[in-house]
Amino acid sequence: MMSENIWKLIEISIIIALLIPMAAMLVWVERRLIGIWQDRLGPNRVGPFGILQSFADLLKILGKEDWIPPFSDRLVFTLAPVIGAVCVLMSFVVIPFSPSLGVSDLNIGLLFFLAMASLAVYSVVLAGWASNSKYALLGGMRAAAQTVSYEVFMGLSVMGIVLLSGSFNLREIVLAQSDGWFIQSQFLGFFVFLIAGIAESHRLPFDLPEAETELTAGFHTEYSGLKFALFFLGEYLGVTLISAMTVVLFFGGWLMPEPLDAWLPPLVWFIAKIFFFILFFILLRTSLPRPRFDQLLLFGWMVMLPLALFNLLMTAALKLTGVL
Amino acid sequence: MLDIFLSQFRTMWLVLKHTFTKADTVEYPEQKPYLAPRYRGRIILTRDPSGEERCVACNLCAVACPVDCIALQQTIDDDGRKRADFFRINFSRCILCGFCEEACPTYAIQLTPDVELAEYDRQNLVYEKEHLLINGPGKYPDYSFYQQSGIEIANKEKGQGAQEKPPIDIKGLMP
Repeated sequence: MMSENIWKLIEISIIIALLIPMAAMLVWVERRLIGIWQDRLGPNRVGPFGILQSFADLLKILGKEDWIPPFSDRLVFTLAPVIGAVCVLMSFVVIPFSPSLGVSDLNIGLLFFLAMASLAVYSVVLAGWASNSKYALLGGMRAAAQTVSYEVFMGLSVMGIVLLSGSFNLREIVLAQSDGWFIQSQFLGFFVFLIAGIAESHRLPFDLPEAETELTAGFHTEYSGLKFALFFLGEYLGVTLISAMTVVLFFGGWLMPEPLDAWLPPLVWFIAKIFFFILFFILLRTSLPRPRFDQLLLFGWMVMLPLALFNLLMTAALKLTGVL
Repeated sequence: MLDIFLSQFRTMWLVLKHTFTKADTVEYPEQKPYLAPRYRGRIILTRDPSGEERCVACNLCAVACPVDCIALQQTIDDDGRKRADFFRINFSRCILCGFCEEACPTYAIQLTPDVELAEYDRQNLVYEKEHLLINGPGKYPDYSFYQQSGIEIANKEKGQGAQEKPPIDIKGLMP
């Protein structure tokens, strides 16, 4: 029992040691790729190809004054970024990285992920509220409305998978895809889940809570120093999380079709697939404009929700008639 | 509706194609971009072909300056030339708009293609007359204000300049 706990601790350390540098590297990857896509070079000075840029940024942000505005609610202001980072990190508990790696085999893993994604909005809303500034409050309000409405069909879009695999356990969901990924039968679900995921992680084109052009920096307008870095960490971990969930739910997790899977170990396949989706997220950020807020909500309720419901109904009908 | 939907994918594809285009930017300190000869950079004060200061301290540049970064005062020398007693440009304020160059009636104040004005100390960005004056005529090598303006200075009567006509007798009746 004791050694089992120690092994769990080691496993958790491995995953955190994998995730936090990955989130830091993502900042560099994103800046470099956006640079390339905008016909610039991007950060290429610190270290070979500039890969140490995030490290330099980290050193700089640690040297910044960690200012708490005198007009803010001190306790909540300090708590908000921590909630954000912790909620996203907690979601990684249920993610099966490879056949052997993965912190917990919760039998309600999918629900746990949805719950943590909902909790993460508290970070944004509380940050907006505690900052006691108009920009931050507007950002927080937008985040609340956006997350509440996109959460609805995010939950609905993955129910098709639960129907097909008969389990909320993410490891079993992956294993259920050993004879064909769910993307084949759940394409609509994938589409809805991806869009909801982008909205949940406040990435462009759905980054209205922090829309720079209108709200300076939205909910984190008043943040600086380490607290701002925590928000940043939360955002990039969120991107990784949504990519990981997409891979687990629709692209067979660590599984690969027969001739390919022997090439690389399962963990590498998993990370490669995650990386593909992260690149897709970055491409979305560079290419698409930000919608107006009412367009965003209208799109959610009038297009995405019916699509998710239709997908769920069709899956159920096909399951009952025995086609799937 | 479908158009809007498909155009998103077209946009993404067009952006993705830029992976293989060459960057338009250059790596600055090692590789400097070409700046045209009339690029608006650091401001200088020029001299006329005979080596005298062109500036007559008329204040038109200071008036034209939208950020009020030019300060100067006029004195008149013993030889009748007008000169700037002091001439000060605060480059921490200057926006390099070039209005002073346009306003200058004697081509004295000119902008150069030097844009590397960075300093560690803000005070070092305040340039005095000795920092601004150069030893050449700048963009208009042949222009000399006192040789064509009809103003009397030492060793030159009215209308005696190289490009001047003798003064007209405004009280005479002859055409």
